[in-house]
Amino acid sequence: MYHQARYDEPLLFEMKGAKSCKLDINLNPELVRERLDLPNLPEYEVVRHYTRLSQMNYGVDINIYPLGSCTMKYNPKLNEEIARMFMYLHPYQDESTVQGALQIMYELQEMLKEITDMDAFTLQPAAGAHGEYTGMLIARAYHEYKGEGEKRKNVILPDSSHGTNPASAAMAGFNVIELPSNKEGMIDLEALENVVDDTTAAFMITNPNTLGIFEENILEIAKIMHKNGALLYYDGANLNAIMGITSPGKMNFDIVHLNLHKTFSTPHGGGGPGAGPVGVRGELVDFLPVPIVNFDGEKYYLDYNIKHTIGKVRSFYGNFGVLVKAWAYIKRLGGEGLKKAAIKAVVNANYLKERIKNYYEMPYRNLRKHEFVVRPKNVRALDVAKRLLDYGVHAPTIYFPLIVSEALMIEPTETETKENIDEFAEIMIKIAKEAEENPEILKEAPHNAAIRRTDDVLASKKPVLTWKMYREMKERGEVDY
Amino acid sequence: MVGKSISLPMHHELVDEDIEEMLKAMNLNSWEELFSDIPKEARKDGIKIEGMDEYSLYRYALELSSKNKDFFKMPNFLGAGVYFHFIPPVVNALVSRSEFYTSYTPYQPEVSQGMLQALFEYQSLIAELTGMDVANSSMYDASTALGEAARMTYRINRKREILVPENLHWEKESVLKNYLVGVGMEIKKYKLNERGMVDLEDIKEKVNENTAAVYAENPNFFGIIDKNVLHLKECIGKAVLIVGVNPISLGVIKPPGEYGADIVIGEGQILGNPISFGGPLLGIFATKKEYIRKMPGRLIGMTRDAERRRAFVMALQTREQHIRRGRATSNICSNEALCALYSTVYMAYLGSDGLRKLALKNMENAKKLMEKLRGIGLNAPHFNAPHFNEFLVDLPGEPHEIAKKLIEKGVHGGLPIREGCYRGIGNAMLLCTTEMHTEADMDKLVNALKEVL
Repeated sequence: MYHQARYDEPLLFEMKGAKSCKLDINLNPELVRERLDLPNLPEYEVVRHYTRLSQMNYGVDINIYPLGSCTMKYNPKLNEEIARMFMYLHPYQDESTVQGALQIMYELQEMLKEITDMDAFTLQPAAGAHGEYTGMLIARAYHEYKGEGEKRKNVILPDSSHGTNPASAAMAGFNVIELPSNKEGMIDLEALENVVDDTTAAFMITNPNTLGIFEENILEIAKIMHKNGALLYYDGANLNAIMGITSPGKMNFDIVHLNLHKTFSTPHGGGGPGAGPVGVRGELVDFLPVPIVNFDGEKYYLDYNIKHTIGKVRSFYGNFGVLVKAWAYIKRLGGEGLKKAAIKAVVNANYLKERIKNYYEMPYRNLRKHEFVVRPKNVRALDVAKRLLDYGVHAPTIYFPLIVSEALMIEPTETETKENIDEFAEIMIKIAKEAEENPEILKEAPHNAAIRRTDDVLASKKPVLTWKMYREMKERGEVDY
Repeated sequence: MVGKSISLPMHHELVDEDIEEMLKAMNLNSWEELFSDIPKEARKDGIKIEGMDEYSLYRYALELSSKNKDFFKMPNFLGAGVYFHFIPPVVNALVSRSEFYTSYTPYQPEVSQGMLQALFEYQSLIAELTGMDVANSSMYDASTALGEAARMTYRINRKREILVPENLHWEKESVLKNYLVGVGMEIKKYKLNERGMVDLEDIKEKVNENTAAVYAENPNFFGIIDKNVLHLKECIGKAVLIVGVNPISLGVIKPPGEYGADIVIGEGQILGNPISFGGPLLGIFATKKEYIRKMPGRLIGMTRDAERRRAFVMALQTREQHIRRGRATSNICSNEALCALYSTVYMAYLGSDGLRKLALKNMENAKKLMEKLRGIGLNAPHFNAPHFNEFLVDLPGEPHEIAKKLIEKGVHGGLPIREGCYRGIGNAMLLCTTEMHTEADMDKLVNALKEVL
């Protein structure tokens, strides 16, 4: 059993600090700020506060973190150290003073091209969803250039897709058409053919899909899209399963975004930063955001000369600190290491599935890639998730994909050894037995975390989002916590 | 089998043994069988990238980093959106705790209270600093925060024009444009007056029944602390007021919440994050209570657990893409949470006094550099107005060429502004000083300028 640290840690604003001193501000009094209420604390109090908080937080460095579609692999420490070599560099420095940084970006672009078989990459997008948005802007600009902007207003995606896919397409002004998956959890070719026509701008899919199943008809799918003048978009969230074995280019995708924080092991940071480079093929190269990094044989330079560029999707060149870590990861593993990572990730997932398949329902057929979806037998997915925490492992993704009720979506990644996978399987089996014999213990879980089960509904019904809101509500007697 | 010479960040022989054992347990002869569903025509024959051992890679990275001239190798006076500030070691020490940085989105709040509470503190600190009710737990950067803010104004009033200052940085304008294509909003520009401040008369003329929002920066792109922005709200009718800030400047400047801002955005890198060649950055996004349900991005809320103890969770998730899909307020999922943690620790460490003194020091250093530049006969600042930590200086020659010559003298100037880029401004340079610039750094710049002009 696991016992997370449990502190009754006050909020920063509840800590007693020194009185503020008076300052002489030589500025028009109309412009001057009168008060600022942050506590003035000694350094060691700040250190203790956040150290205690850190002990009430679970990360990959503690144990397995099998969140499906999030690829929570181990983050090598070397990469952190390398990223720190580039801390005090300004993006507008003269190119002659940042040749090392530009070289890293160039090498990363080239390596991503080799991994995906695409023609060119932008490193600018800050996250996966941002990459999707960039891809959608490129698709939009491309169809407009072809004189079909008015006509091609629809983006199709499967009902098993990540939530960001429809959100990104809608944000770029497209109508979203959801395609129901077939009985095997895959794309229904006939249904696809019926919905694709000259109003289709793009089809967004991830392969393997969110059920961990490889869309084996991918080449036919590409044909259908291209025959209709539409683009095929690859959500790279699940690239970890196929590195070195196939690639978006080999599958005939036109646009691809990668999640460097997933596939290339940069730390997820409690929600970010990530990086979502976008790769394109053929004519689409002319629509990438500016700048990309090029090499003229002597020096690296920022190339703003892109014929039909969509402009910029964020300031500067991307989440450089994240790019450096992904660059280091790829360099370290090399092509063979990446392929081995993919194989190990897939073997781990399939082995884990085999270990627990008699204890959980399996809504779809057998062969999986890096992740798989199960359903608990007589309890809710939420209860299994909370009980897992008691055993010192993180829960899988739950209630996703939406096409499986009570889904537990499990992605162990290549990081875990067989020993760890066996241990996780034993815990899953034990919980399945508990669900039969003593379901109450699941419903009341977690018991060993820093706190007991949270009231998420209350948080949205009665939002308390800042210290200021809390203080006001406390005064009115609206909160008692 | 794949060769044994490859090193995953774990013991490679164990990897091979593990694979063998698991395949055997599954009654498979080869890993190939797990990939039999991938069509032959789509197969790839490996990836042609050489692997490196840990030490060689470390040396290679060092070699590349040594080709760069960072701030400590060459004093640097660039600002223009991201800024050099000293990051106290306490910040890295705490953010580097791997319980924080190797976690992800707190989907399981019971084991993620540390990050959740820290992000709640971040939202609270930003709300306090900006004078607003609520802040989200981060956008990608200031530019995308502006894009999201503009989209939010469309959700508020369904109008389709946004007024922006004529000196809006081109990168920000391009990002804004890209964020508006989906809602079909148009960007219109208003003028600055002879002191580089918002021209209120021009705004009054341009605001009409189609105006969704007016955007102003304080300090603005030229570093000017603009008193006219304080009176903007009265001039724009029902349009939404979006104010862009430098968060450190709010140590001394009146917060936008006190002069009627509806949405405040800004670049959070400034608060304790390394500049890191322009990323990762941190988009600050704050607004009023009444707009909470129209906000983009992640929000952390306080609630209680089953024992009625205080707890933190992700709140109002029905706005977000993983629930609402195509109808979400934004597509953002991965954000800049760790950068928000940097900022939280940084502000906690500085406290009110530290932050206010820091803001003052920035202003004083800018003044000091202006004086030194005037000493060699340059017009600094170009505009007769109070400045925060950057300002325009007029130059007698092509600014990019001058910038190159400065580098030869061992100092990196500011952002070259070529004649004609901005209305009424000739050849100039946007120079920035923070608390990191010593007297010696400034002298180096001024002496170099004297020599090259």
